[in-house]
Amino acid sequence: MAAPAVAQQQAGAVAPPAARGPGPVARLRRAAATPPGRLRAAGAVLAALVLLFGAVAVWQSAHRSRAAGQVVSVGGPLSQDAAEIYRRLADADATAAAGFLLAGNEPAEVRARYQDDLATAARLLAEAAGRSGDSAESQSALAELNRQLPRYAGLVETARAVDRQGLPLGGAYLRYASDLMQGTVLPQAQRLADAESAGLDADYRTAGAVPWTALALGALALAALVRQQVLLFRRTNRVFNLGLLGGSLAVLAALGWLLAGTLTAGDDLAGSRTYGTRPLRELDQVRIKALQAHTAENLDLVARGASDKYTKQWDGLVAALDADVRTPGSVTRLVAGADPATTGPLTDADSAYRQWQDRHKDAAAKNSAGDYEAALQRTLTAGGADTADAAFRAADAKWAAAAQTEQDAFAREAGGVDGVLAGQAVAAGVLSVLGAAAVLRGIGRRLAEYR
Amino acid sequence: MRTARSRFLVAAAVLAAGVLGTGSADGAGGPAPRAALEAPAAPAAPADTCDPTDSLPPRQTVGAKIAKIRERGTLIVGVDQNSYHWGFRNPQTGRIEGFDLDLAHALAKSLLGDPDRITLKTVPTPRRVEAVKNGEVDLIARTMTITCERKKDIAFSVPYFRVAQRAVVPKAAHATTLDGALKGKRACVAQTSSSEAELKRNPHGTVSVLALESQLDCLVRMQLGEVDATLTDIELAAAQVAQDPMVEMVGEPFLPAYMGVAMNQNDTDLIAWVNQVLADRQADGSWRASYDHWLRDTMGAPDPYLP
Repeated sequence: MAAPAVAQQQAGAVAPPAARGPGPVARLRRAAATPPGRLRAAGAVLAALVLLFGAVAVWQSAHRSRAAGQVVSVGGPLSQDAAEIYRRLADADATAAAGFLLAGNEPAEVRARYQDDLATAARLLAEAAGRSGDSAESQSALAELNRQLPRYAGLVETARAVDRQGLPLGGAYLRYASDLMQGTVLPQAQRLADAESAGLDADYRTAGAVPWTALALGALALAALVRQQVLLFRRTNRVFNLGLLGGSLAVLAALGWLLAGTLTAGDDLAGSRTYGTRPLRELDQVRIKALQAHTAENLDLVARGASDKYTKQWDGLVAALDADVRTPGSVTRLVAGADPATTGPLTDADSAYRQWQDRHKDAAAKNSAGDYEAALQRTLTAGGADTADAAFRAADAKWAAAAQTEQDAFAREAGGVDGVLAGQAVAAGVLSVLGAAAVLRGIGRRLAEYR
Repeated sequence: MRTARSRFLVAAAVLAAGVLGTGSADGAGGPAPRAALEAPAAPAAPADTCDPTDSLPPRQTVGAKIAKIRERGTLIVGVDQNSYHWGFRNPQTGRIEGFDLDLAHALAKSLLGDPDRITLKTVPTPRRVEAVKNGEVDLIARTMTITCERKKDIAFSVPYFRVAQRAVVPKAAHATTLDGALKGKRACVAQTSSSEAELKRNPHGTVSVLALESQLDCLVRMQLGEVDATLTDIELAAAQVAQDPMVEMVGEPFLPAYMGVAMNQNDTDLIAWVNQVLADRQADGSWRASYDHWLRDTMGAPDPYLP
């Protein structure tokens, strides 16, 4: 933007005076008409160009550095937190159904897990509200979540209380609570996660953007410096003007630094996406689908034949999880796409997942044969190790371990980028000031020869 | 609390009995089979003018279906686990119990000699007809109303219970008539129920009708103030009142109908056998004993409900 204006100004300064008048512009033109005046003007323009390059380079690098910092310290964690909020809420729903099914036999840890899920979700919601600041989409999703969560918890407690009286109404309450969770709360949590993901993507774009303006200004300054040196060489037959040469080298160094820094940052950011963000999102997708299937599995037993929608939900979700390796969000694809660090946990998760599916089929067969108690036993027992619930928990724990590995990789890859970009800003600033000083000194030397 | 609730329920049911009772003057549970059972033997075939009480004459001869059940050694019955006092899972025992379950056990005893040689399958409401048609269950005893529409696909036994439609509202609404319960109100019904069909035919002045999977879901919405009234079968209305002493049945029962055991149209031997068991249960007082155990507290004297 500034470049054409500067170029015009430079062209004007070099061109012969066209008009005479009383104004300061006219006076400047008169002064520039003499050879020393012309030289002085050229020096000023060159120094200004170098400084402008430096200023733009500093500004663009700092802007990118801040975005890279956001990626690591805000965007990444926030979008992970949003995914965690979703997971916690979905888990609370599945666990509430489990506690309901176990009724009087509900072990303390199931109750604790439900409460921990809700408490963690509430804490993460408060933290997200503090961090996501200006995103209107996030804030409205957060407000809605904060409104609905107490309602959900209230319905679950009512369901428990009614169930303890032995009334079938308790199950109806729990299904209503779950409808609220699945139909209203989780979509809001998804909105939040989408908004945070979009914010992270925007930060990625900013941090990884090539600073074209600074590069163009640097090239322009360099070209102008070279041209001035060629002109001086023709007029004086002196090969080097040390000042101008020093200035050129400083600009060249700053340009090189800018280019190298940008490439490194882009590379690291791409790495953090490849090894961190993207696998994390795929993992999140699978974990959420698995959680929802687990909820449907439990609620089908809660519904006790009052509804067949949970069987349909289960079928749909499992079809997506069982899809082939080409379909995003399938368990097979997770394993196929694993990097060396996550192959172990993802393979374990895969076999736990298969076990879960087998046990579920077994339980479903028992249920449709009319043996509800056996189906319940196979799905969920207090402290049972060979249940569908236990296999699901095992798979999810392995997925969580893989997610932690990916998160570490993300932090490692993206971690230094803001430092690289900040260093680049400092270097561009210092080098351009040095360059401008050298230019002025070089021109000053040459001017001294006119006295 | 329980007795206070029961007192109210008895009062409500007596009121209902007064209205419904006209059709069952001889309903004292005497040994004579009811008129419907003596009706001429027309197969449960679809007809333009359908009589819901029409079924095969009672007889106990072993045909292909019963032979198959005996060979299997267990009777597969489609039941509900969510209808309080009809078919519901007792959380203390884990067993499914209720008025319909008494009947299911009686059928198992009659067919196989042991009331416990029975496999209970919970069948969701929308899948009932399908489950009978494709033979997933031998029969369904699940507060199922006999309709001509259903008779096109499946067969029914003779009626074993008389029902009608009733409105349930919160006591705080202070409604006394059906009109007062529904006019200008947000009503709730179960999907594909007779109540839904009725409100489609005649909205009774309702401003909105919410159709949910089960009438029990309507009670949840009513407790939460999201709807003002529920329209449902009388026995389910009574079950709602039994679970929440803060709601009541109001207005006159209307749209009388019958409950029957649903079976496959091909299983004529089973249909006739079940009809005999139903006749015997009314004759020997089992029907009445079961009614007294499960329903008298909430529905009052049995006479209006005897088929």
